[in-house]
Amino acid sequence: MFTKKLFALAILILVLSLGGAALAQDGGNTLILARAVDATGLDPHTQTAFSSLRLLELIYEPLVTLDSDLSLQPGLATAWAFSEDGMTLTMNLREGVKFHDGSDFTAEDVIASFNRLLAEETASAARTNYLSIVSMDAPDDYTVVFNLNTADVPLLAAMASFNAAILSADVIANEDPALVTVGTGPFKLDSWTPEETTLLSANADWWGEGPFVDGIEIRIIPDETSILAALRAGTVDFALLNDPLVATLLIDDQSVVLHRVPSLSYNVLQLRAAIEPLDKLEVRQAISCAVNRQEIVDSAALGEGRIVGPLTMASFALPTDELFCYEQDVERARELMAAAGMSEGFTLPVMLANAEPPVAASIAQVIASQLAEINITVEIEALEFSVYVDRWLVGDFTAAVALNGGRTDPYTMYSRYWQVDARFQPTAGYLDDTLDSLMKAGQVETDFEARYQIFADFQRHLAETSPWVWLYAPYGYTAHLPSVSGWEPSANDSLYYLYNVSINR
Amino acid sequence: MRQYLARRFFASLFTMFGITILVFAAIRLVPGDQITAQLGTEAGMLSDEQRAAMERYYGLDRPPVEQYFTWLGGVFQGNLGYSIRQGREVLPLILDRFPVTIELSILAILIALLIGIPIGILSALRRNTWIDLVGRVFSMLGLSVPNFLLGTLIIYVLSVYFGILPNSGNYVDLFQDPVLNLQQLIFPAITMGFSFASSVMRMTRSAMLEVLNEGYVRTARAKGLTERAVILRHALRNSLIPVVTLIGVEFGYLLGGAFITEQIFSLPGIGRLAINAITQREYALVQGVALLIVINFILINFIVDMVYGWIDPRISYDS
Repeated sequence: MFTKKLFALAILILVLSLGGAALAQDGGNTLILARAVDATGLDPHTQTAFSSLRLLELIYEPLVTLDSDLSLQPGLATAWAFSEDGMTLTMNLREGVKFHDGSDFTAEDVIASFNRLLAEETASAARTNYLSIVSMDAPDDYTVVFNLNTADVPLLAAMASFNAAILSADVIANEDPALVTVGTGPFKLDSWTPEETTLLSANADWWGEGPFVDGIEIRIIPDETSILAALRAGTVDFALLNDPLVATLLIDDQSVVLHRVPSLSYNVLQLRAAIEPLDKLEVRQAISCAVNRQEIVDSAALGEGRIVGPLTMASFALPTDELFCYEQDVERARELMAAAGMSEGFTLPVMLANAEPPVAASIAQVIASQLAEINITVEIEALEFSVYVDRWLVGDFTAAVALNGGRTDPYTMYSRYWQVDARFQPTAGYLDDTLDSLMKAGQVETDFEARYQIFADFQRHLAETSPWVWLYAPYGYTAHLPSVSGWEPSANDSLYYLYNVSINR
Repeated sequence: MRQYLARRFFASLFTMFGITILVFAAIRLVPGDQITAQLGTEAGMLSDEQRAAMERYYGLDRPPVEQYFTWLGGVFQGNLGYSIRQGREVLPLILDRFPVTIELSILAILIALLIGIPIGILSALRRNTWIDLVGRVFSMLGLSVPNFLLGTLIIYVLSVYFGILPNSGNYVDLFQDPVLNLQQLIFPAITMGFSFASSVMRMTRSAMLEVLNEGYVRTARAKGLTERAVILRHALRNSLIPVVTLIGVEFGYLLGGAFITEQIFSLPGIGRLAINAITQREYALVQGVALLIVINFILINFIVDMVYGWIDPRISYDS
């Protein structure tokens, strides 16, 4: 009897489950967005994870923003100018902007935000990019003057980062911005359930045109294959994807629109020139010559990537044929090994983080097979991400496969590695006077042409001395249903421009 | 009986205490802390003062022994600590996620029993026929196909061939929308139940084979009982003891969170909570989840022991 009842119950459950087929999404005019990784927190000044910035850039705004070509655009500031000597930066602020709590945006909020960003107790990792600011004045409610201790050309690009988002002075004084989310951006945060759902509603008082949707529902689906399935089943409208092995499955799919943009970040084989035998220039150069970058892109990333030198932003990147040994040359690599007295080869331990990026292990395997040609035996050490980070930060490795973030300005991108006293010098593992002086010149040079030349020399010098072997820039992927229109992806993967998107179900 | 219960209770307390120490030490021995988990490589950009400020914020500046006893003291007052990332206390956070895992586990066990027991009985009764062969092939399949493969296949087939996917990050609970809730849970439950069904089937088959040769089965047949009554009332009941043990152990595991299945089907259960807590180095949350898993195991083992007595009255705990 009992078995019969149980059986009937099971049948009932199955029928109920399979019966209701009306499962396609009808989110009305709310955009349903899926991604695998959630934000790690809500304070724009302290968050560094890309996954956090992707959420915060919908809610907060900096003084200047970047368009899809990464050129500076007015944000909360409408105009800006450096003084003749470059020692002050004056910004005119947008009038009529309101915070999500209804209060007015004024110069007081800008000063409070930068004071908070610069205060040690805020513990903002981005603080070093703004250290040239010594004080700020507000001649009126809509003008802010930044007084600098040195000419600092990259400061403007650093201000476009969402780490320099403007918070309300009132929230800074009375609340914890990690808990109270009041920005000026196109969307307001309604609720955040970590690792599950984030609900945003359109900010009707936003100063720009848009948003054209009522809101955004962000769902965390930890597995990218499941995100793909949800998109195909029409239960989500928009998806962020990282893994080229997953994203490429959508290339010929007529039911989904896939966008891919070469990102500013770059995959690199970091060598630590402080360790034998990598301290020999010829050995590092031999590794650089023995590596076939195109083969790495083709085999490890299914062709999904753009071969790059040290600088990835279009405005400064040199064509790769101007860089040392960017075409594989095994003969030359062997000669260099012989010149270093290393024809017999050696064992090179290479560490990587599991799944960070998803193709890290494949990259290391292809490199291992290529370096075997010059008698270098690669020993791959695959580590959990936090373990990897710990060792990476203190330079506890001989070589590492890394995916490092890029910036729009070359100085901001590399000042942490290739300068005397740079914070990541132990990780970089190499420095010479030329690199240091080129970086210093690049920070203060205001003329674009002259600055371009400085950073061209910088790239040639890095490729020639090969402290690292730069490989390729991966693609950032966004995909959406055909019913979504107006989306334009950006090379810095920003979601800010989601305010342009509309849905026609 | 009372003496037995008291013995069990104190042994359990001791086990719990030991495991809290083990988990506390293990998660701290893993390199990385909440600061690197939050900031990744950017943690290296912090100045010493900034780092000290963050350590104070996360309570990492105090010696580990002090941290442990503060936490343990809290546990006795029902306070398992606070998750900074989630902005909530650990206990309500776990209690929120637990029903998802309980429901999923019960469904998975039901599916496993509904498939495993009948096939097991049939296999035993028709030993060495083609029916037995099919049953054994099924059980080999269930044991050898890993969950992540089966789950991914189910998702693929559902979305590509049927254009449906009930689980797309929008979990609803049983009381909000029972139909959608069942739609969302049935496929993960099948994924989890499939491999367990194989174990149940094998266990039922071998226990049945053993019992069918017992004298009381022969007696029952000799009394003129129908074959149906012999099998269901006499043989099956007695062959269920090892199956019950199996269910107990498996249920304990399932309640500890189906890490892979919950991840693939994006269900907000204990397993996913634990994975995120570990990767984010949310010490209090990891400890809280571990404590819950230990309590589950202890309780379920206890219940299983009690059920033995009901199934087989010869088993008694009185000294």
